Amino acid sequence: MLKLALAGNPNCGKTTLFNALTGSTAYVGNWPGVTVEKREGKYKKAGQPINVVDLPGIYSLSPYSPEEVVSRNYLLDEKPDVIVNILDATNLERNLYLTTQILETDRPVVIALNMMDEVERRGDKIDAAELSRRLGVPVTEISALRGKGIHELMKVAQEAAKKPRAAFSVLQEGELAPAVEAARKLLETHGTDNPLFHAIKLLEGDELEVKNHPDEAGELEEIRKRCQNETFGDDFEALTADARYKYITQNLASVQHKAERKEKLTRSDKIDKVLTSRIWGIPIFVAMMFLIFHLTFAEDFLYLNTFYGVSVQGWETWWEPGSYMIDGGIPSPGVLLQSCLIWCTDSLSALAASGLANAPAWVSSLICDGVLAGVFSVLSFLPQIALLFLFLSILEDSGYMARVAFIMDRIFRKFGLSGKSFLPLLMGFGCSVPAIMASRTLEHDKERQMTIYMTPWFSCTAKMPIYTAIAAAVFVGNDDLVVFGMYMLGMVCAILGALLLRNTVFRGQTAPFIMELPAYHLPQAKSLFVHLWDKVKKYVVRAATIIAASTIVLWFVSNFDWSYHMVGSIEDSIIHDIGSLVAWIFYPLGFAHGAYGWVFVVAAITGLIAKEEVVSTLTVLGIAVGKLAEDAAEATAIETLFTVSGISSPAVIAFMAFNLLAIPCFAAVGAARAELGKGRGFKGALLWWTASAYVVSMLIYLIGSYWWTVFIFAALAAAATALIVLWNKGKIKLPARGKKAAQEGGDKKAS
Amino acid sequence: MEKVLKDLKPGEEGVVKRVGGDGAVRRRLFDMGVTPGAPVKMRKVAPLGDPMEVTLRGYELTLRKNEAENVLVEMQDKA
Repeated sequence: MLKLALAGNPNCGKTTLFNALTGSTAYVGNWPGVTVEKREGKYKKAGQPINVVDLPGIYSLSPYSPEEVVSRNYLLDEKPDVIVNILDATNLERNLYLTTQILETDRPVVIALNMMDEVERRGDKIDAAELSRRLGVPVTEISALRGKGIHELMKVAQEAAKKPRAAFSVLQEGELAPAVEAARKLLETHGTDNPLFHAIKLLEGDELEVKNHPDEAGELEEIRKRCQNETFGDDFEALTADARYKYITQNLASVQHKAERKEKLTRSDKIDKVLTSRIWGIPIFVAMMFLIFHLTFAEDFLYLNTFYGVSVQGWETWWEPGSYMIDGGIPSPGVLLQSCLIWCTDSLSALAASGLANAPAWVSSLICDGVLAGVFSVLSFLPQIALLFLFLSILEDSGYMARVAFIMDRIFRKFGLSGKSFLPLLMGFGCSVPAIMASRTLEHDKERQMTIYMTPWFSCTAKMPIYTAIAAAVFVGNDDLVVFGMYMLGMVCAILGALLLRNTVFRGQTAPFIMELPAYHLPQAKSLFVHLWDKVKKYVVRAATIIAASTIVLWFVSNFDWSYHMVGSIEDSIIHDIGSLVAWIFYPLGFAHGAYGWVFVVAAITGLIAKEEVVSTLTVLGIAVGKLAEDAAEATAIETLFTVSGISSPAVIAFMAFNLLAIPCFAAVGAARAELGKGRGFKGALLWWTASAYVVSMLIYLIGSYWWTVFIFAALAAAATALIVLWNKGKIKLPARGKKAAQEGGDKKAS
Repeated sequence: MEKVLKDLKPGEEGVVKRVGGDGAVRRRLFDMGVTPGAPVKMRKVAPLGDPMEVTLRGYELTLRKNEAENVLVEMQDKA
């Protein structure tokens, strides 16, 4: 089957074209293992189907960010039959820069000028035939958004794939030509694939290239030295970039005709003037974020109830009373959708329970208490996650998110992050999984790793029920304060943690921040929903697989004993023994003491699988411990549990803090593994989450119980800070071996 | 007159003369079109004073003052 690769700058309409070409057959087939997404789909309107691969958007074929490495490796190693290079015709100059590099491979290339309708609207003209003549490859005009010209593009691509193409470089003319030619000949004698491409990259001193071809790089040194130039010296990197852009500007003049434009602000400029204004920029941003969270999570929409006493009677009885409490008022769309879904799943559960009334006890217990309860509790967050995602995609598609990075960069830089970290961290309030996946847009390893490490501490929607349920049971009257405090604790820990990492393991220069600010445009409903559907599907699949499997395991260990007999009381179960066995580990955190300490230990451990499990575990175990009725409400069960266990307030806070900071959930761990790879970065993340959760919870418990310990810890923290500062200033040195290891660690992470 | 890109005031224009800095930053600047000979116009500074936004080769680019420090610009006389 014909293999066709779509390559182009970020934001040039590649994915729009991909969706237009492949329709609904598109799939994202890369959950674990692959670091960066590339999508594959089939184009079926030709005689024989064509395999279309959508590569991540890139500016250049030099390996700067993971996306660029993936795209480059794909083009060079997988050898697609034809490369379709998509250009944003409204920004031809910079887009052609990548084209000059793609042409250096020996694959057949077709150029697609996208957004031609926008060019025409502006009154500009682009002579496609002339461009084709100059570059020596077919050029077609398309509008991916309106689906114009895409079938013609595929025909041209099919034709082009039949004919081999000789590699061509704009550097083969002009002052660099002798050096390029000599280098190419050298590589040809070595039998390298794509000699022209590698020759130029080697001359540029491209790191990845030098590593892969160490021998040739040495020989090329000679040629590099010979090719010195007054302006740049032997700086080949500057020479090639300069030559490419010179070639583009010279040739473009005869291809592109721009209409006379009056010195007038475009609509995009006008919008931008307000949104990034010195005075209004930040307030508008804060208001927008508040509105999004309000629309998604508020239980009293627009504060109508609080301020005007508006409330709706009766709507909260759609589902079982007491299972889901609302204080009154009109719910926000997010909460409303969630309550609808809960009503549906509750009805299904009830139906299943009555249907299984005559089945053996263990069957109905497995299906109702095990699988359905677990999966439905996870699914109940779907509406809010989907809505949050929808709002954030609207902001992203419109071009505003890039401006948010622009506005917020200054603040984030202080903690060793950049404005681009903002989006992932914000999404963390919704769900860590898409948030960790979103960290992919960060170009620098250090920054990406730190962002992933901090993301779970922006409490996700699944952690919220832990705080609300426990606060309502233990801190009556102050519950809202406690919940808010937990959110704050997460953020404070993230800031302190980032500072700590920044000054120890992730030392070094701040990553640069060089980013395109795309023009504003109206988001397209179609692409928004394709995107949303993709995310929703992934979430549902996860609920049906990982979460379902883990709830079955949890159900089994809490309902059976070591000889696989179903037990009447949870105190005879496997989980009780396991919980009691490891309880000593949690003694310093306070919540593992006493006869019922194991309950909290078990809840905390199940929380490592999914945070939704914590409340359900506490409820189930609370019912068992307090010998309550089977269908006792969650609130009653948890209140009973906390009263019976006699747990102290600092220990309760420590318990919540542990849940906040520890390994977020299996799904997030999977996402982190996909983004960080299997190596050090990923193991570091697990260690970081576990260690910090343990230390912070211990501090909370010890200081809360014995206030004078605060002096000891303050002294320790001050000493550690002083040591780190001195170390960073080079005043003290670590023992030789340790330092070498630390340096290697740093280097490895940096590379 | 020459100026460091960092010191341009909103509305000022010039032509890039030299790009310094270390490997990755420089590479990135080149890839984004900040090469000698490119006309560049300072657009604005972010609300908190950093980063800045410039118009270059027909699009908007944002970079920190830290990175803009590496770019030397030949100023154009105001007509």
